[in-house]
Amino acid sequence: MPLSSTLLTADAIAHVHDGILPSPFHSRTSQLNINQVWVEWNGYASASYYSDAHLEYFSTRNTCGVFDVSPMRKYRVKGPHAEAMLNRMVTRDVIGQAVDTVAYNVWCTDAGKLIDDGTLFRIAQDEFWVCCADPAFDWLQLSSVGFDELDISDISEDIAALALQGPTSCALLKAMGFSGVETLEPFGIARFPFGAGEIMVSRTGYTGDLGYELWLNTGDAELLWDELFSKGLVYGIQPLGDESLDMARLEAGFLAPDVDFHGSLHTVELGHDHSPFELGLGWIVNFKKGHFSGRKALLAQKESGNYRRMLKLDIEGNKPAENSILYADKACKKEIGYVTSAMWSPVVKANIAYGLVEAKYFQGPIWAEVYYQKELRWCRKVAACTRVTKPFWAPARAKQTPPPDC
Amino acid sequence: MSNYDAIIIGGGHNGLACAAYLAKAGRKVIVLEAGEQLGGLAATREFAPGFRASVAQTVPQLTRALVQELELEKHGFVLAAESLPTLALAPGEQAITITDAGLLNASAADTAAFTEYQRLLKKFSDAINAFWHKRPPAIADGDKGDLFTLGQFGWNLRRLGKDDMREMMRMIALPAQDLVDEYFENPALKAALSWDANVGSKLAPRSPNNAVLALLLRMSGDLTGGLPLPRGGTGGLTDALASAARSYGAEIRSNAEVESVLVEDMAAVGVTLQGGEQLRGAKIVSNADPKTSFFKLLGAQHLDVQFTHRINRLRNEGYVAKLHLALDGVPEFNGLTRPEGRLMLTPSLKHIENAFDEAKYGGYAAELPMEVVIPSLVDDSLAPAGKHVLSANVQYAPYAVKGGWDAHRDQFLANTIATLKQYAPDIEGHIVASELLTPADLEKQFRVAGGHWHHAEFALDNWWMNRPTYGASQYKTPVSGFYLCGAGAHPGGGIMGACGANAARAILEDR
Repeated sequence: MPLSSTLLTADAIAHVHDGILPSPFHSRTSQLNINQVWVEWNGYASASYYSDAHLEYFSTRNTCGVFDVSPMRKYRVKGPHAEAMLNRMVTRDVIGQAVDTVAYNVWCTDAGKLIDDGTLFRIAQDEFWVCCADPAFDWLQLSSVGFDELDISDISEDIAALALQGPTSCALLKAMGFSGVETLEPFGIARFPFGAGEIMVSRTGYTGDLGYELWLNTGDAELLWDELFSKGLVYGIQPLGDESLDMARLEAGFLAPDVDFHGSLHTVELGHDHSPFELGLGWIVNFKKGHFSGRKALLAQKESGNYRRMLKLDIEGNKPAENSILYADKACKKEIGYVTSAMWSPVVKANIAYGLVEAKYFQGPIWAEVYYQKELRWCRKVAACTRVTKPFWAPARAKQTPPPDC
Repeated sequence: MSNYDAIIIGGGHNGLACAAYLAKAGRKVIVLEAGEQLGGLAATREFAPGFRASVAQTVPQLTRALVQELELEKHGFVLAAESLPTLALAPGEQAITITDAGLLNASAADTAAFTEYQRLLKKFSDAINAFWHKRPPAIADGDKGDLFTLGQFGWNLRRLGKDDMREMMRMIALPAQDLVDEYFENPALKAALSWDANVGSKLAPRSPNNAVLALLLRMSGDLTGGLPLPRGGTGGLTDALASAARSYGAEIRSNAEVESVLVEDMAAVGVTLQGGEQLRGAKIVSNADPKTSFFKLLGAQHLDVQFTHRINRLRNEGYVAKLHLALDGVPEFNGLTRPEGRLMLTPSLKHIENAFDEAKYGGYAAELPMEVVIPSLVDDSLAPAGKHVLSANVQYAPYAVKGGWDAHRDQFLANTIATLKQYAPDIEGHIVASELLTPADLEKQFRVAGGHWHHAEFALDNWWMNRPTYGASQYKTPVSGFYLCGAGAHPGGGIMGACGANAARAILEDR
């Protein structure tokens, strides 16, 4: 057994491209993006919105919407030691994760600070996919030091992926011939013949509603899009841009990297990174599974109880508390935190937000100092905040198998 | 299945010292040595019929305290020579003799400079000497003992006085060449004095980092005045350590290779031997190098990612080859009546640096600097009557030589002998047998990853609270019940037993 591991140098690791690349669906998405409004995501053009962000958002709650998740970073970890390596890297139990299931995970520094979150797909006993918003190859190879029999490959470019989300998503997949998809449990994986090969369907998503993610080789990407949109017309299909997805995820209680938190490897100042406990992700930190990276530090933090809390807030009034500072008093004398995401939720009909609050104050009164504009004139109000413990939007259908109307 | 208070993996001199201290304190201890013979790199082995040598040559850092506490003299430890001189040689020039008392045959300027050089280094050495034998402090953990150690360290530096303290701060990371250039003029003298600053590491006279620190470590013991040679080689010391450990009740098993450390519920609770036998113990103490300890014996899955990364990044490739020659008589060295002492075949700093330049890129020089001792001149137990053993540390022999050592062994040996012949023209005629141990051989025969003398580079970035790295520098490791006691721990390499003794104290304190 070699006792020193040689890691790939920065130059040898696939990087995010300079300049923007088309995703495997670009020939289709670019036709629908009527104003050509794009943002860059991992080197790819990703639509901000196609026609109207609110219209797209409503499709995730009333019909179904399609978001191109191809720019996500996807890594294959394969080999006899893949399970042990990942079990030591992430906070959840990988040993007990069944084949053909997906688990939302985070991975942390030795100090228990979150590096990134992502989904871990167990493809086979000795094969996993790690899917995450930001590049993670470097951390994967650092984490594999000392584990000899595994291979990490960046498959981001090889796999096209779409998220199909909304109450009619299951019915649409069935109409496309994927019979049996209705029996797929949340976080399950199923495969169907498609195009020149196979399509992998996982019951996962970022909207909190009924939804699926579809994974296939890039060669069949356009065929999938065309099938979805031809069969999907009667199911109310809409393409989803970034803005609509951001609304849906906030209602669903999901955090956005580089919005609600920065990964620990990207922060400079002390305390600007976060532990999973601070972010409300204590439920995926498994202290019973044995050792994992950051365990000691996380256990100490949990036991101390002394950590900031990312709270879900219901804020009085209808002015979104974007960028607000949070206080313990209406007079705004004692600053206790800040809002990371905020919106008026059309489906919950509530003014919702996430706020990161100091350990000492999270159980007391919370006030948000809200700035808003009336025809360009800036106004200020101080609004009472109520803590919400459940996701703002969690319809029963998201968890039902088979889903209703399917 | 048996239960021990401590199971020590590896019967090197540090493992034996650790075992002896623990057993003396009443602990039930077993030492498991993978090889046939105890002592590791400090064992004395027969390399040709009737000829014996130890890979490690000398024991200047040894302390009287350790010898007395473990009653080593009672167990057969005796010095064959307490303080042999060092001789700086250059072809065609008169040798300069270096002793604790001063220089012989050197220029007046060099002789005077040596006094001041010695005064300053001894003063520095005295200031930090106690810390080689203490557990290093951990930073920012708030432990009172650690804060006291740090405070004491600062106080000791301050007590040097303003001028000398500032000098120490200035000099501590100087390359050896800058250090000796400030004091001396003779090229061979400078090269000889630089040797101990770099030997064993991937460093040369022009490398900044550890030079002064390595000299201070070398000066830390009670036998630092010259070259002390234990009777029977350094194996004389390890045999006494083993005997002492046994007398205190420690069990020692050789040919007992540990396959892995047994971890239950995230704590080290025992070991599995090759063949499947399991032993259980409260403390599992590794005398192996850090990479072997953490990756092979323990397993990365029990450690955090960034900690593992720091262990992986340890520099542990050896650059010293060991030459043993069986001689049928005393070879004649030009200009010396009797080649007694440590012969430095280092005509200049440039010779050493040039040899290093080749090695940096995976090669080796035609002319190889070396330090040579003929211990049989003072110790008749090492060779048959009238015959002799020559023992040489040869630099630089890169662990990862291009093409592998099997392809280069003969050439390297030929270059070594050719270099020796410049100083002792008749030597080839005296050679009865030879043994060349490259770093690859040391790795294979002594199970030290990289074949590195010090298990991991002895350097400022890898020193004190960073040895082998923070998180494991207090002998205990991130895994409960698993400890280090080898040269990869503080204070590091050198045959002094301090790593083992310090580890034993840390283990006894850690309840």
